[in-house]
Amino acid sequence: MSSHAACGAREGEPEALLQVRDLAVHYVGAGGEEAAVLEEASFDLAVGETLGVLGESGGGKSTLALAVLGLLPPNGRVTAGRVSFHGRDLLRLSRRDLDQVRGDEASMIFQEPGVSLNPCMRAGDQVADVARVHRRWPAKRCREEARAMLELVGFDDSDGVFGAYPHQLSGGQKQRVVIAQALVCRPALLIADEPTASLDATTQAEIVALLRDLRQRLGLAMLFVSHDVALLHSLVDRMIVMYAGQIVESGSRDQVVLKPSHPYTRELLRCVPGGAEKGVGPGRPRLPTILGSPPDPARWPPGCRFEPRCPDRLESCGARRPEPRPAGDAGTVRCLLYDD
Amino acid sequence: MRWIARRLLHGLLLLLGVSVLTFAFTEIAPGDYFDEMRLDPRISAETVEALRSRYGLDRPLHERYLRWLGSVLRGEFGHSFAYHTSVGSLLWVRARNTLLLTGLATGLAWLIAVPLGAWAAASKRRWVRALFGGGTSLLLAIPDILLALLFLLLAVRTGWFPVGGMASLDYPSFDAWGKVKDLVHHFALPVTAMTLATLPVLVRHVHASMSEVLRSPFLLSARGFGIPPRRLLFRYALPVAANPLISLFGHSVGSLLSASLLIEVVLSWPGIGPLLLESILARDVHVVIGAVLMSTVLLIVGNLLADVLLYAADPRIRVES
Repeated sequence: MSSHAACGAREGEPEALLQVRDLAVHYVGAGGEEAAVLEEASFDLAVGETLGVLGESGGGKSTLALAVLGLLPPNGRVTAGRVSFHGRDLLRLSRRDLDQVRGDEASMIFQEPGVSLNPCMRAGDQVADVARVHRRWPAKRCREEARAMLELVGFDDSDGVFGAYPHQLSGGQKQRVVIAQALVCRPALLIADEPTASLDATTQAEIVALLRDLRQRLGLAMLFVSHDVALLHSLVDRMIVMYAGQIVESGSRDQVVLKPSHPYTRELLRCVPGGAEKGVGPGRPRLPTILGSPPDPARWPPGCRFEPRCPDRLESCGARRPEPRPAGDAGTVRCLLYDD
Repeated sequence: MRWIARRLLHGLLLLLGVSVLTFAFTEIAPGDYFDEMRLDPRISAETVEALRSRYGLDRPLHERYLRWLGSVLRGEFGHSFAYHTSVGSLLWVRARNTLLLTGLATGLAWLIAVPLGAWAAASKRRWVRALFGGGTSLLLAIPDILLALLFLLLAVRTGWFPVGGMASLDYPSFDAWGKVKDLVHHFALPVTAMTLATLPVLVRHVHASMSEVLRSPFLLSARGFGIPPRRLLFRYALPVAANPLISLFGHSVGSLLSASLLIEVVLSWPGIGPLLLESILARDVHVVIGAVLMSTVLLIVGNLLADVLLYAADPRIRVES
């Protein structure tokens, strides 16, 4: 991949920028009961690579993204695993050290740009403030940097945007400002949690195009969380699919989308509009859905977590836990169908 | 700017209305300043009547109001029967003392309340929350007058603090350092009592407002960009939480003259409190009306100040004109 070449730092194989191993997260409910919302999550992300995280809501993909940068809510806690980034384990860093990584070497952007900006600060100042905190440049330099960054994310009138308050900007403009905040210190990694989900289709396409362009220019690695198969397929290099707190399948984007191994991935792809059955108008067949609903994190099924909804389940699926095993080209799948 | 001028005009009309109402209310209250003289057998009824007519108390209400209005325009604000002087000069000295006390105490209370409330709201430790909730509830539950009495008891029992007044009798003879020491000595108790009386409400408001803002997603986003905790709290969260606090600040400016009445009376502070109490009991009506008007002026100024501050602090409420 060309983006690798731009950043080929050392000899040998492409260096893993981010290495997540056996990451597990528990949430504590109001009554003190614990729910294991993420389990045994392992993946690598190379310098300049884009990894997509696909799945339904509640599957644990946002939790995964938040846990990597230590941004879990107060009732969430990492119970196991390792997140090594630039050779350091982010899970073992102090808050102060973590704050130096966040925004500088790795940034995260969220689903709702409307509420991701400080309503009482000018857009430009919010971008400049990130630079100020990490670089400790004089204020003037920070403003210049911020202005340059605003131009880079596609604002022609960077002066006008600089002085605008968030409520004066549109949803797409706000997301651009947030992206400028995230990238003003030129981090190596951008984690994006459904950054386009709340935007209309046109704006969504613009933001995706912008991210694609910035990735190229800045040699950015991305962890891109989405439920949108088509969007991910058009943007990412590799993909992981999450269901009920586990990574059920991983592989190159084409392998996952065109030759899915796991029954869940197949079901998910079947539900994409414009797939097997086209159109949803009257008289047309309804959009297919996966039968049943995702299980409750406090009571996971004992065997395979997809077993209750799986069209291809075997006798043993309800009792035996599947382990991830190699599948396709450098991919994995967590399913007993592939057990020998 | 035109908006401020309009607000000031509104304030003026409001003052006029308040003055008419207080005049009417003091009229409804039975008796007047000279009624007590009637009980004295040595003073004849004619003398009392003569005094009343000398001060114009025998005139109809509207005539008295207009005469009073005339004296307001001359800056006298009517006449105090008890002190035989213009209400303006009398009130000014007393109001200055009160403002000195309440201004100091309110400023101090705000300086403590903002960081304390913000810190308590941000803290995840259980004992901090428990201590905060318990402490503010306790302070809230103690009435001002009890607080003042406790401090009076402290002063009397220990002898460490003067039991009243604003300065020692021989104050003018001290050197500069001695004067400062004397003032601090006299201010300590009333200011502390006053601060403790105002603090719990303020700190609770700061806490509530900050707790709400701390849950907003923009702070998670900022945290994701590595903004350190203290900056997050004071530079990011506080301005967003400031909106209701600024209104409260306006209110605390508005009540600068009235908030300390009880404490002043108990701790013999030469402010407006004891004077007002005395004047009400003696029906020295012009003094009462003057004090009410002064409070109203402060209320109007406080509200105006709050609106100006809100305009400056919160971009969301700036309306294009």
